[in-house]
Amino acid sequence: MSKYNITLISVLVIYMAFNFIFGMWVSKKQERLDASEGTGFINNYFIGGRSMGGLVLAMTLIATFTSASSFVGGPGIAYSKGLVWVFLSMIQVPTAFLILSVLGKKFAIIARKTDAVTVTDFLSARYKSPVVVIAASVAMVLFFLAQMMSQFLGGAILFQSVTGLSYIYGLILFGVVVIVYTSFGGFKAVVTTDTIQGIIMVIGGFIIMGTIIHVGGGVDSIVDKLNTVNPSWATPDQGGVTAKPYVMSFWILVGLGVLGLPQTAVRGMGFKDTKSMHNAIIYGTIVVGFLMLIMHLAGVFAPAVLDSSELPTTNGVINTDYVIPNLVLKYMNPVVAGLFIAAPLSAVMSTISSLLILASAAIVKDIYVNYIAPKHKNVQEEIADKPFEKKVRAMSIITTLIVGAIVFIFTINPPSLIVWINLFAFGGLECTFLCPIIFGLYWKRANATGVIVSMMCGIGSFVFMSAKGIMIGGTTPIVLSIGIAIVAFVVGSFIGKADYDKKSLQMFFPE
Amino acid sequence: MKKDSYGAPILTEKERAHQIKKEATISMIMYAAFFLWWYFTGYGLGSGDPKDYTYIFGLPMWFFLSCIVGYVGFCVATIIVVKKVFKNFSLEESLDDEMEAKAGDQNE
Repeated sequence: MSKYNITLISVLVIYMAFNFIFGMWVSKKQERLDASEGTGFINNYFIGGRSMGGLVLAMTLIATFTSASSFVGGPGIAYSKGLVWVFLSMIQVPTAFLILSVLGKKFAIIARKTDAVTVTDFLSARYKSPVVVIAASVAMVLFFLAQMMSQFLGGAILFQSVTGLSYIYGLILFGVVVIVYTSFGGFKAVVTTDTIQGIIMVIGGFIIMGTIIHVGGGVDSIVDKLNTVNPSWATPDQGGVTAKPYVMSFWILVGLGVLGLPQTAVRGMGFKDTKSMHNAIIYGTIVVGFLMLIMHLAGVFAPAVLDSSELPTTNGVINTDYVIPNLVLKYMNPVVAGLFIAAPLSAVMSTISSLLILASAAIVKDIYVNYIAPKHKNVQEEIADKPFEKKVRAMSIITTLIVGAIVFIFTINPPSLIVWINLFAFGGLECTFLCPIIFGLYWKRANATGVIVSMMCGIGSFVFMSAKGIMIGGTTPIVLSIGIAIVAFVVGSFIGKADYDKKSLQMFFPE
Repeated sequence: MKKDSYGAPILTEKERAHQIKKEATISMIMYAAFFLWWYFTGYGLGSGDPKDYTYIFGLPMWFFLSCIVGYVGFCVATIIVVKKVFKNFSLEESLDDEMEAKAGDQNE
């Protein structure tokens, strides 16, 4: 191993050790708080006792939403496509604003009234249907497993391409760290490490952009070079190659559709007060836009400093996933390179930690506590039942560890079913949860029949169209599938009985 | 006005619901406005031949307006809307809870 590699790996090891120590410290602190405040283990482990302030809420929202693709895959595509990919990525600017302003306060109030700690808890309180709860939990666990696996794989391959060590070592390094602190620290450890990781991502953005502009000799000289290498870089459709309907589809997939992602929606249940939410909207909007702009624009500028002949090819097509790693190795000193690589690894870890805690919640809270555990009349009674609380604590930690271990093993040896599910994970979650969440919050007539019909039609059409590669009018399958899910929801709700007692509906619609 | 332990005013259920609806509506209007700005500056100014583009700071005008001005503008609009339209209120308590509690006392 060269000196360069040793230095780079040392920086990463120090960063991981820092994450680990910090995550464990938070979990110890949380444990003492649990003991003194008596707010209940479930409430603390799965939603952090609803104590998030503005900065933490903003950072965890962004860090969860931003994955390895924003740092490696996305800039790689921008390298070959040009400004159209920045144009497309900027659709995500209002994400934090949209999620918090539409879901935040409503979720916050309802969650406090119903003691909800997961999106499924909300669905359960709103629709009162075991079928809905079980379908939602199963969909969540399956899609999350697949997404976690692909995130782990992305991070590990990045580690391999930068350090030259087998990706197993990278996986062990950051995989074990993230699984352990999530399992022992719960939601509190997840969101506080997310905050650090979010800050590292912003620093990473500055590093890569600074490097490219410095090496390329300023923006003007970079632009001159781009005009000769790739004349269509400056157009919003890559000179006609990237069609408008395709780009517009992303207004659903990473635009309105994000309201249906349980991993971001659940953050609406975890903040302290309205002031925290207001601050998080502002910080979140500024940071998410900055990250998207800077990372993808860096990809667009990259051809000026990295020739396409320097990239590996598969079947004659250049593999743009190597754009960022190659830039790092070519131009950065090992300490800076280590700091930069910490950013995409942070994006991976923050996404995984959030999914992991939710997958564990779906199993322990949504299934076990709801249907299998002995019944308690209310939360006070549940907290007072000490042996039960102790049992749930052990179960939650062990469940999180086991789910983490399963994903770890899947990553080393990916089962074809999980690989297949991953193709539909992001859109599939939106097709499953968008309608039940939004209609449940804003439409009185919504009911369980609507949810079930909508979930089946939405996922069914999405998987079918994606697998067959059907594009209606040039749009990607998510657009029509969400449309079908909405129609199915409305029709289903009118077919189903509005079998609601006024009092439980009153809780959701006080007006 | 009564305040909760975080210092946020306590409203009635009706007032809270009304405020939430107002915030959600203005958010959707802002979202639509961002979309229209993005679409018309992006595809409107970017449709011609790149040779005829106006460039600003080395970047094409369509990109500068839709992505950079659009981003900064949306951030500014967000700050204004959050400060002016969004309101703090207690998430834990509402005045209705108290009235119910009072009604309960009187019945006893």
